[in-house]
Amino acid sequence: MAGTAVLGRLTWQPAELVEAIDETSRARTLVFDVPEWMQHRAGQHLDVRLTAEDGYRAERSYSIASAPGEPLAITVERLDDGEVSPYLVDELRPGDRIELRGPVGGYFVWEPDRGGPIFLAAGGSGVVPLMSMARTRALDGADVPARLLYSARTLDEVIYREELERLATEQPELDVVYTLTRGQPEGWTGYARRVDGELLAETAWPAHESPLAYVCGPTSFVEAVAEGLVGLGYPPKRVKTERFGATGGR
Amino acid sequence: MEYVDGNAMAGTLGELFGVEMTIAVGVCAACGNTGEVAALHVYNRAPGAVLRCPTCESVLMRVVRGPDRTWLDLSGLRTLQIPV
Repeated sequence: MAGTAVLGRLTWQPAELVEAIDETSRARTLVFDVPEWMQHRAGQHLDVRLTAEDGYRAERSYSIASAPGEPLAITVERLDDGEVSPYLVDELRPGDRIELRGPVGGYFVWEPDRGGPIFLAAGGSGVVPLMSMARTRALDGADVPARLLYSARTLDEVIYREELERLATEQPELDVVYTLTRGQPEGWTGYARRVDGELLAETAWPAHESPLAYVCGPTSFVEAVAEGLVGLGYPPKRVKTERFGATGGR
Repeated sequence: MEYVDGNAMAGTLGELFGVEMTIAVGVCAACGNTGEVAALHVYNRAPGAVLRCPTCESVLMRVVRGPDRTWLDLSGLRTLQIPV
């Protein structure tokens, strides 16, 4: 294990799990204590490294869920054929130690001084970095108009649902819209399909308001939303994207 | 094959270069497309990672990590502007 992290140099650091919070049946938030962690910016991620007793190592990237200044938290969704996520979601216990490297990423980042309005589009666990942005905005920048479009398979798979509903109720400048693609509760009157151009036209800020968009989710979701937004007149440079592959991921 | 994007390379490249590399701007030697590393298409379900141009799919960078060294091929890039 390398010694103390030198400022500005990215190294693996020991981290202790201090709290684990079940979010859905497949997703868990993990709160870590890392003695020399640099403060992150909303939207950044970190790398997790696990080392088995025989020395085998596996690394994965996960988005940071907390706002800067809050205890460092990631939210991990279990991939059933995954190598790392089942361990993080089902096995890791408070007091256990793993290694973290970060915070990293400078492209998919929002800070209150970037202004808005902001349009956040989440596919599944792609909501995690967007939640960091929503939390950052709530702490420092609640006057920035924001809309979150969250595509989930079912209502039970919506991560952070209570907190999102509370934020949307407390903050008139924040709207949260769900679309449930696989199953809807009885009486559901919201969207119930994959995001398409028409759905974006109804939920995203009009392009003439110069919005800034952040899109995170599975690759196919991100491509569809980014193309849809550009089709509505968003300049490609104003559409920030982060893709995590076919399923799950960060 | 499914790809992710250059955001996923932030840790690996950051460790190598010592600066935040996903906002570095590369120019594709094949088609001239200019953009951030974050927007490249990344194929990383292998021992190494291949970063491709999002416009023409040419290979721009390859990164292979061994236990005591890293092999970096940038031959598909005309230039790479690195933030300092």
